[in-house]
Amino acid sequence: MLPIALIVILIFGGYFVIVYNGLVSLKVKVKEAWSGIDVQLKRRSDLIPNLLETVRGYAAHEKEVFENVTKARSALMGATNPSQAQEANGMLTSALKSLFAIAEAYPQLRASENFTNLQNELSDTESKISYARQFYNSNVRDFNSKIIMFPGNLMAPMLGFKQEAFFEANEEEKQPVKVQF
Amino acid sequence: MTTTIYSQISRNKRNTWLIIISFIIFVSFLGWFTGQVFFEGSGTFFVLLALIFSGFSCLVSYFESDKIILAVSGAREVAIEENKYLHNLVENLCIGAGLPKPRIYIINDTSMNAFATGRDPSHSIICFTSGIVEKLTKLELEGVIAHELSHIGNYDIGLMSIVTVLVGTVVLISDWVTRGMFYGGRRKSASSNSEISGILMIVGLVLLILSPIIATLMQLAISRDREYLADSSAALLTRYPDGLASALKKLSQDTEILEAANRATSHLYIANPIKSENRGFLASIYDTHPPISERIKRLEEM
Repeated sequence: MLPIALIVILIFGGYFVIVYNGLVSLKVKVKEAWSGIDVQLKRRSDLIPNLLETVRGYAAHEKEVFENVTKARSALMGATNPSQAQEANGMLTSALKSLFAIAEAYPQLRASENFTNLQNELSDTESKISYARQFYNSNVRDFNSKIIMFPGNLMAPMLGFKQEAFFEANEEEKQPVKVQF
Repeated sequence: MTTTIYSQISRNKRNTWLIIISFIIFVSFLGWFTGQVFFEGSGTFFVLLALIFSGFSCLVSYFESDKIILAVSGAREVAIEENKYLHNLVENLCIGAGLPKPRIYIINDTSMNAFATGRDPSHSIICFTSGIVEKLTKLELEGVIAHELSHIGNYDIGLMSIVTVLVGTVVLISDWVTRGMFYGGRRKSASSNSEISGILMIVGLVLLILSPIIATLMQLAISRDREYLADSSAALLTRYPDGLASALKKLSQDTEILEAANRATSHLYIANPIKSENRGFLASIYDTHPPISERIKRLEEM
């Protein structure tokens, strides 16, 4: 009787270890993917001070817009988790939108090489963010479905694994960009 | 989807070892045969020689196959400053696929083609012809890059590169031995007429005739299915199957021949670089690529 019990325990123990390791490695992948987004978000916020300086040189009196952008930027830099970062990034996107709307009224600013460079860099960073988001979300999807499905659904609560949040695009970002002439 | 890719990765790693081992066995047998028949039964010595030789060429092909292939294809590395557009596209898609950024090479040729090589994702290279970069739109080029990145992510590149070099070696050896046999056979025919040597001779002959065919079939077996898989992973990465489909259409209409490609490297490319019209049944058995029309159809159905 004892040997059979031992074998059963061994099998279950081994199975447990395999499932546990699978969950851990998926969780590590989610974290790695998140740091991929984080790098790009940081790059985005690093571009802001330069951009503000440039715009200020031509349109110094648009204080409110500058303030909004600065506020959104510091919120993004201070974000400690994906959902905060997501919200701050959305704020920054809409603040930048009004900044660029103002820039439209200053032909000299639009013509300045510095401004166009920064604009290109920003849009490049934004597309990088969206690719990083795609990779992150696909990892989160793998991890979450492991947790929901058997046997993860039994073991995850015991081991303290929780579903991870997706990094969604803001409603505004999802809209196609309007081009005005 | 994910399970297919993961099983593909482990299958690729396993096949890499399988091919290396069968290459060593094949070369050792050839060595033994050569020793027995041509050098009065000094087979053991020749097996040792063959083992050393095959071990060495496996090591070389594992670590250097990418450089050999790039040199044969006449490709050169492109710096970021030189083509920022291309580097940017590759980098962005790499972020999406979660891969390290490969080095980028260009072949100066107006025909349209591309391939990826290297031994694993962190030692990977994507090579484009200058024609493909210039003639495709951004969305189409993204499809092509995503296709090559899928080969990298699925570990197709290591296997395909090793096969390129090892298959090339097998063809070369059997060439040598075939010539050597006619030469040596004439010399020996007067002195030896034992039965064993006759049987060996026949086995060897069959082997020598078969070896280029085996090598070619091996090359084909590994490349047809994975083109479909890479196409579908590319569609998943760009979220836009039409981009790759329209790129493939343009590639299939491209009538220019890529001079730098040869039979050993043709299976690496996204579209078969060696084109010929009105091919018969035999030629289509040796096709390294599934028909482009079939690939386009599958992409359009996604």
